Amino acid sequence: MKKGATGVVTAVEDTYSADPIARRLRELGFVQGEPVRVVARGPLGGDPLLVQIGYTRFALRKAEAARVSVAVEAAA
Amino acid sequence: MNAVASSLRIALVGNPNCGKTALFNRLTGAHQKVANYAGVTVERKEGRFVAPSGRVLQLLDLPGAYSLDAASPDEAITRDICEGRHPGEPAPDLIVCVADATNLRLHLRFVLELKRLGRPMVLALNMIDAADKRGIRIDTAALESALGMPVVETIAVKQGGAAALVARLDAMPAASTAPVGAPGGAMLFPPEAKGIAPPGAPTEAGENDLHAQVRALLAATVTMPRATSATDDAIDAVVLHPVAGLAILATVMFLIFQAVFSWAAPLQDAVSAAVAASGAWVGGLLASMPLLQSLVTDGIFAGLGTVLEFLPQILVLFLFILVLEESGYLPRAAFLLDKLMFKAGLTGRSFIPLLSSFACAIPGIMATRSIADPRDRLTTILVAPLMTCSARLPVYTLLIAAFIPRHDVLGVFNLQGVVLFTLYFAGIASALAVAWVIKRLRSDKSDHALIMELPSYRMPNPRDVLWGLWERAKIFLRRVGGILLALTVLLWFLSSFPAPPDGATQPPIDYSFAGHIGKWMAVVFAPIGFNWQICVALIPGLAAREVAVSSLATVYALSAADGADAALGTAIAAQWSLATALSLLAWYVFAPQCMSTLAVIRRETNSWRNVWIAAGYLFGLAYLASFVTYQVGRAFA
Repeated sequence: MKKGATGVVTAVEDTYSADPIARRLRELGFVQGEPVRVVARGPLGGDPLLVQIGYTRFALRKAEAARVSVAVEAAA
Repeated sequence: MNAVASSLRIALVGNPNCGKTALFNRLTGAHQKVANYAGVTVERKEGRFVAPSGRVLQLLDLPGAYSLDAASPDEAITRDICEGRHPGEPAPDLIVCVADATNLRLHLRFVLELKRLGRPMVLALNMIDAADKRGIRIDTAALESALGMPVVETIAVKQGGAAALVARLDAMPAASTAPVGAPGGAMLFPPEAKGIAPPGAPTEAGENDLHAQVRALLAATVTMPRATSATDDAIDAVVLHPVAGLAILATVMFLIFQAVFSWAAPLQDAVSAAVAASGAWVGGLLASMPLLQSLVTDGIFAGLGTVLEFLPQILVLFLFILVLEESGYLPRAAFLLDKLMFKAGLTGRSFIPLLSSFACAIPGIMATRSIADPRDRLTTILVAPLMTCSARLPVYTLLIAAFIPRHDVLGVFNLQGVVLFTLYFAGIASALAVAWVIKRLRSDKSDHALIMELPSYRMPNPRDVLWGLWERAKIFLRRVGGILLALTVLLWFLSSFPAPPDGATQPPIDYSFAGHIGKWMAVVFAPIGFNWQICVALIPGLAAREVAVSSLATVYALSAADGADAALGTAIAAQWSLATALSLLAWYVFAPQCMSTLAVIRRETNSWRNVWIAAGYLFGLAYLASFVTYQVGRAFA
């Protein structure tokens, strides 16, 4: 995933079957077609990410964010 | 169901941090804790209120949840109650679904999920004032007919802000009558009867479907100028900045410890003078009854008065904690520290429970219910007692004031504040170290989730802050008047009897029960520099840490030769070595001197094994740390 940019969710993949983290992400609005933006990144190694989805901001670790595939848009 | 004819059982349900508890407080006049982060409420709370028509409505406040597919223990409570599976608790007659009007994209999804339960529902659009300010327009009537349930606007934090909701609830028919709400609205049938897929097994397609519905609803009923608040964006740009953000966090933390020492000092002097004066006055009245006089002056005034002096410091500490909680800054701090805490085997989510533990480990340990991962939760519980709770503050400040000079350091800081900061820091550092060891010992190394919502900033409400301080003061005074008073009187008794034999040369306490017990214990504690007086104070200190201070005050008041009445600080400064004082400070960083904490660990983890692990490692660390401190201190002295 990218930093500072915006994009659109294309999919949320289960890393294993019935992955509870992927399910929770989908419940929180990470579903296909939803615009997302990385607002900020943590001070150590850019982890966690602060992601804006809908009207809400969530802190996600890289491992969680990796489940979300995003089509990055050219410019913010 | 019709047993309580006119009383309606209502549950407040909704996403975390949408204002359910504020609404509960507004409706029932209760004062449950509210703050600005997800997961303040972790258990069900019950209340009731009388509607204008005279009907009694029973209200249930539930922990916030993102979904009925519970991911943490607090969400499970909400799920069980909504589905009528909570032991001894029938499903509510009516669900008031609370949604933050500024955050409908997320919150409406849960509304739709709850609607599938098929219970009568009302939607409360809370924080409508904040939405107005941001230029968000909601077509309530359109939303009402689209959702098929009544929709009311509320401002839970404002007087009368729930009037529309009360009117709506009052108009509700009693529990067993007919479907409620607009045509096509909720029915009273259990979901199974309608062939709806039971919650708990949502499919990806189903989830997409819910979100598509939310998007359609929003498009039809809500105009939103921009997705976020401009103020939040501006503040976060600074506060979450990788360098500036950490600097701000460190400054805030350090400021708290400085303030605890410097702001509270004048108030403390006033309390101490008042206690001394009234002690002398009451003592004078009792001059004809020496035994009673000793109990009152040496036991009650010396013991409890010394503890009472710390009330101002505890209130200053809480002033900061409450303001931080209300502002919405805490989840930001958790965000900044997540990586560090993750490396140590915790999670950013542990930050808030651990910060609460600075007040007291008991609410801190309960707050871990909002941590979804059971491994992270257990680790957080085990290290929570290492956070310096407010009960340790009296012990620390007594010793620091007696042994550490008031030097200026680098011109701005005072050496006493620096030492206090160091003690707090030692607690934090050891918590991280212990968590790291636990992580190493653990065999299960699968993924841990963070997924934490960062709320909008809010101006702390002065009334809530003042109420929080008042609650704290009451808790503290109740402890002083209850358990501390009882233990102090008991200790005075043990320290005064039996009376010394004729021709005794030592102070009478040396011949008492307490003197014997203390001297026997001192053998074990000699290598870490504790004299028998400290040992005596350690035992009642197990019930509550502050008792150690009142106990020392009593023991030294009784040891003082021929009534030479010195304040406790002066007495120990004259009789202890610096190494002993530092060793006792180190002991208090670690020692699990609090039975209630161990009891709450037992309750929250449902296991005695965890209690033994916690108590064992904490006592072990305490002895070790004190031993090293004392021996090193002696070598340098």
